Amino acid sequence: MIDAVDAAARASGIHPGQKLTDARAICPELVIEPSDPAGDAAWLERIARWSQRWSPWSAVDGADGLLLDSTGAAHLFGGETALLAEMQRSFTAMGLTARTAMAPTIGGAWALARHAANNRIVVTPDTLDAALAPLPVAALRIAEDDALALKRLGFKSVGALARVPTRALARRFRTAKQGGVGALTRLGQARGTVEEVVAPLVAREVYRAQARVMDPVRHTAILAPILADLAGDLCAQLEVAHRGLRRLRFEAFRVDGHVAMLVAATAAPVREPVHVARLFAEQLETLEAGFGFDAFALTALWHEVMDAQQASLTESEPEGLSLPHLIDRLCARTGAHGVLRPAPHASHIPERAITWHPALEAIEGNAALDTSLAATLGTLPERPVRLFDRPEQIAVIYATPEGPPRRFRWRRRLHDVIRVEGPERIAPEWWREKSAVRLRDYYRIEDAEGRRYWIYRNGVVDDGRGGPPAWFMHGLFA
Amino acid sequence: MPAGDGAATGFALSQIAAGQAMRGAGQQNATALWVQDRRVLKDAGRPYPHGLPELGRTGLLHLVARDAGEALCAMEEGLHCPSLAAVIGELHGDPRALDFTATRRLAVAAERYGVPVFLLRCGGHADLSGARRRWRVASRPSPAHPHDPEAPGAPTWSLELFRARDMRPGTWEASYDRAAHRLDLVSPAGDGTLAPAAGGAEPAPAFARRYG
Repeated sequence: MIDAVDAAARASGIHPGQKLTDARAICPELVIEPSDPAGDAAWLERIARWSQRWSPWSAVDGADGLLLDSTGAAHLFGGETALLAEMQRSFTAMGLTARTAMAPTIGGAWALARHAANNRIVVTPDTLDAALAPLPVAALRIAEDDALALKRLGFKSVGALARVPTRALARRFRTAKQGGVGALTRLGQARGTVEEVVAPLVAREVYRAQARVMDPVRHTAILAPILADLAGDLCAQLEVAHRGLRRLRFEAFRVDGHVAMLVAATAAPVREPVHVARLFAEQLETLEAGFGFDAFALTALWHEVMDAQQASLTESEPEGLSLPHLIDRLCARTGAHGVLRPAPHASHIPERAITWHPALEAIEGNAALDTSLAATLGTLPERPVRLFDRPEQIAVIYATPEGPPRRFRWRRRLHDVIRVEGPERIAPEWWREKSAVRLRDYYRIEDAEGRRYWIYRNGVVDDGRGGPPAWFMHGLFA
Repeated sequence: MPAGDGAATGFALSQIAAGQAMRGAGQQNATALWVQDRRVLKDAGRPYPHGLPELGRTGLLHLVARDAGEALCAMEEGLHCPSLAAVIGELHGDPRALDFTATRRLAVAAERYGVPVFLLRCGGHADLSGARRRWRVASRPSPAHPHDPEAPGAPTWSLELFRARDMRPGTWEASYDRAAHRLDLVSPAGDGTLAPAAGGAEPAPAFARRYG
């Protein structure tokens, strides 16, 4: 199905709603792009926010329109005509085609922008009826079958509909057939006799604390108290809004125009100035002061709802750090991918049976992972306490090539095998790996000193997947 | 501990279980912090949760530190968090950062916040240390497996407490009971092997498991 077409396609007879095969038959050289309604909507909302440069009140209208309330704003741009000209210029500069109109009612502006020949019409309330009169009834924002019914009844234009007494049409056109707003209401909204309410975009609050200093700061040691002040300021703002920080940015503006930036993230919403300042403490010294910093800003990049919590009835705070704060501090020190949590994975291959995730990611989900890992206890044969990231190849002496080794050399030391349990055969995952991957026979062995190892033979003799199988050391038992 | 011996790891884990039981099983999902420096990760491998006792699996934070200094800092941060069940740190060799002050800081923080800390040395030498108990742990041949004479039995370690503040130093031979999370003392001489029966014992059944 075709969602939208450009001017060239329209000229060759393609229209939205057509089937793709039909369109290809009409115009074989058609270029197809998959449509992305969610992406379009998100982008339209971004444009709506951007268009608040002309008026503080803007809203997204349908899938392809923007509404702006220019009341009291037009004179700032030199009048209505100049404002619309400015909009045209801005949208053209962005590479967009825009049709603009201004009217005393939302319905009127909608109709004029989409159906008037001239897309820069400015009308005052007394001329609105006259301006709407020549437009087709479809300009009233009504359902398609309503428009068709009106057309069949002979109402070709809005003016023709407006001349008929309302009561004559009320029975059929007060409400639309498939819900929605009826044609009469729409007509009233366009003419201004029925009120219309639209919710504007809510302004997105930016939490940001700023500070300027009289003399440029050239020593990083002085940054710590400034940062503490900013953290206090930002946390006070967040406390009013019942929000907590998840990710924040510290910016230091150097006198020569360079901006030094530090970013920190937290595992759970945070609103404590001391903890926030501490997240940057390690990195402050890495900033290059040069000729000095003269301005600073701390911005909340990502924040979440965080209500005040009372831990206990007594006032005393528990001593020490909470676990999320510990994770924040460790991550601030070693980087977000330094601190990892294990999660079980459905696989028999030992190194794939555990996956490691950054601890900063979704701390709520981790509890579930931990319990599922605890549930695997006892379901597997005994596993080593430590596993090597890369199995290490060992040289072995064996009695039979299919059996366990008698003696092996690992890291330049000979070990005599005294006791063996195995093999535990783990077949390759054929649905994931190439067919050349060999099976593994794991043995739990103990050497003369009592050390216990987990070794495996990669493949069996004559399995047709390479030469004689090699042996590997994979883990250590307690 | 030498790099190829899992005994010290196993002993530390067995002590966490005991310590946690003493603190009362009030908290669910006790988390342990496990810090390794890069050499240890390469030489002795990474902790493998499927092989850890139950308390090691309920929550694990794993951190690979660039060097010993960073590992010690991370351990100390971890000790400031009373909700941790334990902090395990592993250092390779005799790093300069690991001096008496550093170990004493760890010991003091551990006592103040009540978090047990275990410092495992991989290929290092005993030097001045502020640790409260200092052990030398090595594997020793295990007792017979109850079902399979050919198989390795329960993990058995020789434990030498060579310096301690609250205990008398000594040497023990202990085997670890995985199911019950406890250490059993075993006779240092071992049980001795039985002489084979006159008519030749019935061959033990071979255990083979297949997956995938």
